[in-house]
Amino acid sequence: MKTSSTTAESASTLPTSTSAGKDIYIIAAHPAWRESRVNRLLMETAQAVPRVALQDLYASYSDYSINVAKEQAALEKARLVVLLHPIQWYSMPALLKLWVDEVLTYGWAYGESVEGGRALQGKDLWLVATTGGPSESYHPAGYNRYFFDAFLPPYEQSAAVCGMRFLPPLILHGARSIEEEAVVQHGQTFGQLLHSYPSWPELEELEQCPACVVPMKDRLPESDDPKSKRTL
Amino acid sequence: MEHTPAWLINSFIYLAAAVLVVPLAKKLGLGSIIGYLAAGIAIGPWGLGLVTNVQDILHFAEFGVVLMLFLIGLELEPKRLWNLRRPIFGWGSAQVLSCAGVLTGVAIAFGVGWQTALVAGMGLALSSTAIALQAISERNLMPTSSGQAGFSILLFQDVAAIPILALLPLLGAISGNNEAADQTSRALEAIKIIAVIGGIILGGRLLLRPLLRWIANSGTPEIFTAASLLLVVGIATLMQFVGLSMALGAFLAGVLLAESEYRRELETDIEPFKGLLLGLFFIAVGMSIDFGVLRQSPGLMAAILFGFLSLKLVVIYGLAYFMKLPYQERPVFVVLMAQGGEFAFVVFQAAAGAQVFSPETASLLIGAVALSMLLSPLLLLAIDKLLLPRYASRNPQQLAEIAEQQEASIIIAGFGRYGQIVGRMLLAQGIAATVLDHDADMVESVRSFGYRVFYGDATRLDLLRKAGADKAKILVLSVDDKVQSLKIVDLVKEHFPNLEIVARARDVTHWNALRDRGVMRVEREVFESSLRSARTVLELLGQHPHEARQAAMRFRQHNLDLFEQMYPHHKDRAKAIAVAKQGRLQLEEQMAQEREQQAQRQPTGWHD
Repeated sequence: MKTSSTTAESASTLPTSTSAGKDIYIIAAHPAWRESRVNRLLMETAQAVPRVALQDLYASYSDYSINVAKEQAALEKARLVVLLHPIQWYSMPALLKLWVDEVLTYGWAYGESVEGGRALQGKDLWLVATTGGPSESYHPAGYNRYFFDAFLPPYEQSAAVCGMRFLPPLILHGARSIEEEAVVQHGQTFGQLLHSYPSWPELEELEQCPACVVPMKDRLPESDDPKSKRTL
Repeated sequence: MEHTPAWLINSFIYLAAAVLVVPLAKKLGLGSIIGYLAAGIAIGPWGLGLVTNVQDILHFAEFGVVLMLFLIGLELEPKRLWNLRRPIFGWGSAQVLSCAGVLTGVAIAFGVGWQTALVAGMGLALSSTAIALQAISERNLMPTSSGQAGFSILLFQDVAAIPILALLPLLGAISGNNEAADQTSRALEAIKIIAVIGGIILGGRLLLRPLLRWIANSGTPEIFTAASLLLVVGIATLMQFVGLSMALGAFLAGVLLAESEYRRELETDIEPFKGLLLGLFFIAVGMSIDFGVLRQSPGLMAAILFGFLSLKLVVIYGLAYFMKLPYQERPVFVVLMAQGGEFAFVVFQAAAGAQVFSPETASLLIGAVALSMLLSPLLLLAIDKLLLPRYASRNPQQLAEIAEQQEASIIIAGFGRYGQIVGRMLLAQGIAATVLDHDADMVESVRSFGYRVFYGDATRLDLLRKAGADKAKILVLSVDDKVQSLKIVDLVKEHFPNLEIVARARDVTHWNALRDRGVMRVEREVFESSLRSARTVLELLGQHPHEARQAAMRFRQHNLDLFEQMYPHHKDRAKAIAVAKQGRLQLEEQMAQEREQQAQRQPTGWHD
């Protein structure tokens, strides 16, 4: 991606790219694309794939005011939802977390009945992330003290509660220090996977995930702050 | 003494009596009307005997009632009238007809002549708008169902008083010895009446608003006041000319102007005249109470007073039951409606004038009404002390209603480009606001888009008060004139210290001046939008929208801090410039540092 032109236009052009035939919706979140090495390459790779609708979150919602209806419509069209971002503080960037909080609403993304809360049922969720620390650091003996898998349950369970399959994540460790060749290789892998989805060998034995039932009474405490609607 | 003109002495007596007695009555919790009546009794023929030409004064002061009806008409927008049509015409007519019927029936049963019984019944069925509305707003009952019901019934009574007054000469003709007018003059009369009323309606619809706008645009407030008075006097004269009630004409003109943008201005202009003249009217009524009759027949007076009060109490309580008013609200409602009203004075005076009954009967009835008005504040006091504490245990519904009223307590002064955005956003949130603007053309054009905007100059204390400044929570000060803006702030700080001000500042000096007056919630009018434009430029230059936003936010914060730093020095220009320059240097340094950090790819960023 050329740093100059794409970003300025991205706010207006990218969100509208969810037209017919695009069955992959990629939510790319990076607070400073200019500084990005791997994620920017991945985003550019994805942009070249015809079946991909790409959302540059920090461009579209730089004021942190998310258009929930539009996001939900984009998700409904997609078969595969990709979260593309650097791991920040063992989690997703702040704006992506806000996106999750506001877009995946009760009664739409999850809930207690078939009529309400099954919009994402049967779709796939795929985490494509990078870490600054090398893979050795994600070890009980490393400075990150845990295997990387230990940080994934919030993603997995978020998918499960919506009845989505959580596909094996594509993680690149040491994004800051890894040699250029590996980065290019990683980008190519990502592109191929986007093309070949859903015919991935590892998906054959992956079970469909039935959505978890979240009863209404667990969601709406009688006299509580309305904002608590978001909490599970 | 001899060279002093009589009007000067009389004015002195009236004003002195009012000034001395009315505040005293209010202190005692009796209300101003009781005060006026007491002042009238004190200076009248039966008191100190300072004034003797009571009837002349009464006739003059009747104009106060005309002005009051004009103001009532102003309150009665056709739309509001339509929303209240059921309570007004249903419950209003039920109250007047049932009370008048029962009172007339009982009077006839006691052997009173039917004309006298009918007029007495109708007059006593009415309640005091002034006392009742004041009590309702004092107790914050307006949003409750009993407040709405009371208001509707009072409105109907105001309208009903007009046909009652029109009926009197007819009854007088029956009981008296008037000659039958010949057919042709009757027809002529009818044509004249229709022409005048048609003229008022047509003129009110087509001519009055442009005329008022033209006068308002001339920019002389006293001429607008003169025009308001001229309007009422002119219509009253016209009505008098064709032999109709002046009050009816004034009421009609009021309704026609109720939807105009000059409503508030007219109200504030007429209000003091109405207040004074109505006060004078009450004084005159007090003076005209014939204590001779009272002394002659104290038993009869007591019988009339307690008779009509208890009959009305019973009938209206029944009505309240059928209206399904909450039982906690019924006692106050019933007492407010049961007392006699100021219209009874007019009706009985007019009836005596039309020779329906003798002046003695009129005095007796007026005395009873006046005493009932004296009694009702005491009854309310008793209800508060004895009855309501028993009900106090549960009343959750009222809480919610009070909360709703608080939401509406916002005033927007100035509805130009700035105020409109504030107002529209509030409206979208379902928050109502009272909007004032002094630009007649602006008001006209905004109103054509369906906004309820009042024409008025917010630098006037009486208008601010009228807009509800003493009860409102927030004043959005969005006028574009700096001098006016500061004038309003001074007024508000002096008279409504609890009113929170959210102000628009035109520039730095204005911002500083607002700060000097303790206004802390100030926005520079173009600051935020300029930042947006700066962001757009950065984006067009290739910066990512999020980075552009962050740069703008940092600049914004720095600029706000700089304003705070400069504020203490704003009277010292050299110092202020020095601080500003230093601040700009700091910002440039800060931003240069950030750029350098980005260039060096500091490990603080997210380079993944």
